Amino acid sequence: MKRYSAFAIAREAFRQHSGWQRAWASPEPRNHYDIVIVGAGGHGLATAYYLGKRFGLTNVAVIEKGWLGGGNTGRNTTIIRSNYLQDPSAALYEKSRALFETLSQDLNYNIMFSPRGVMMLAQTEHEKRGYLRTERANALQGVDTRFIQPSEVKRLVPIINIHGPRYPVLGALWQERAGTARHDAVAWGLARACSAMGMHVIEQCAVTGVESANGAVSAVNTTKGRITCGKLGIVVAGHSGALADMAGFRLPIESVALQALVSEPIKPCMDVVVMANTVHGYLSQSDKGEMVIGGGADGFNNYTQRGSWQHVEETVRALVETFPMISRLKMLRQWGGIVDMTGDRSPILSKTPLDNCFINCGWGTGGFKATPGSGWAMAELMARGHSPLTDAFSLNRFREGRFIDESVAAGVAH
Amino acid sequence: MLSLTCPCCGITAEETEFTPGGEAHLTRSGPGSSDSSYEAYMFQRKNPRGVHFERWRHAYGCGKWFIAARDTVTLEVFGTYPAQTTEPPAEIVTQIRARRPDWTPEPQGAA
Repeated sequence: MKRYSAFAIAREAFRQHSGWQRAWASPEPRNHYDIVIVGAGGHGLATAYYLGKRFGLTNVAVIEKGWLGGGNTGRNTTIIRSNYLQDPSAALYEKSRALFETLSQDLNYNIMFSPRGVMMLAQTEHEKRGYLRTERANALQGVDTRFIQPSEVKRLVPIINIHGPRYPVLGALWQERAGTARHDAVAWGLARACSAMGMHVIEQCAVTGVESANGAVSAVNTTKGRITCGKLGIVVAGHSGALADMAGFRLPIESVALQALVSEPIKPCMDVVVMANTVHGYLSQSDKGEMVIGGGADGFNNYTQRGSWQHVEETVRALVETFPMISRLKMLRQWGGIVDMTGDRSPILSKTPLDNCFINCGWGTGGFKATPGSGWAMAELMARGHSPLTDAFSLNRFREGRFIDESVAAGVAH
Repeated sequence: MLSLTCPCCGITAEETEFTPGGEAHLTRSGPGSSDSSYEAYMFQRKNPRGVHFERWRHAYGCGKWFIAARDTVTLEVFGTYPAQTTEPPAEIVTQIRARRPDWTPEPQGAA
């Protein structure tokens, strides 16, 4: 793999850009790999990347039924933050945020990480008290957040209306080191790094069955043939239920559609990410100038990757009150992704009833921010059978009543 | 947007008039049940790609609970029926089979 650098750009400029290599290879699958990861989204690729980087395991295939990063990795609103209330969540997401800071250098691929700051608005008294509590919890966890007053919110976000009649801004939980990254580039950069380590990233290869014998997975059947494996990692987000069904166990997961939309591009007007959780809307401005808006999830099981008009209306209606200047913007695109929701709205990184099969799922509406941290921890779990970051996120926690209840405790939409 | 017919009051309306209530035909586990059956009842869900039975409430109408048979991939609604039943009635199964010949009804409630 040739490294990307300023020198490489200059060199290629002198020879009509004829020397660029393909970022990653597209090999045909072999019959056997030590480790097969199902799902070449951010989390699956990050798992493979850290298996190679941290543990030297490179006889790895990442198989993907569609195209690389075409699921939720390419459908999210690119927000990265770690201001969670519960200790296990804060540890995992903060690890991830820290990894994002140097991921471009690690991968030699510009993922456009932009630590522009994430602000979670408090628009009710209840929310304000909740964020004051989170601020103190974060201080104990070593996560750098602080609660800021409405005047500072207005200074950071001049386009905001802090005196809205229904949703006045009472303050905000401000994480200055949080931000955004280019979501596709994260998947592309990880795939390039995996490919450079000799791993196989195999697209257009759907899993049709999982073979097991004596309580362990022996092979996966795919549309490109049967592949035997020493270990299997299932990292398929919204389709985890289908994969678990093939492997013969059930998950505490339901898949629903979550949607987002972007406006026409406008001049730079907001250089932070604002989340308004009372009204279920997130707003940020992309580098192209589009206002990126994330909304709420549908309440019923759904595999359509479409979303629904009434949720667009609810989200936009509420945001227009807080950001009056966006009222005349035209919306360009709207899309949906299938998110895997668990009972406590926290992810599952766990062993399964099958000995050599591991699952990473349940990230629900907030998985992108965890991409490198999730891969870091999942790789450790798969290589060693144990990881301090994943202990609390086991599948057994539902049976044992050890929930990591972020949805109620933090009062956030995610 | 889904269009659902409430089998209790007979009104057909858009999904915003209803509230979804999750998987139907769960068998309740309570005191005295095993940990496994309680876990299955509380958390484990079928979550199928395809034919699904789920509870809905006519929240902005008659307020009654009912069950809808629906496809989670195409969002086609096969039919609705009252909630006071432990498995899909025969005519709903017939309607589904007419549209999905490959589909066979699974035993309901066995979590």
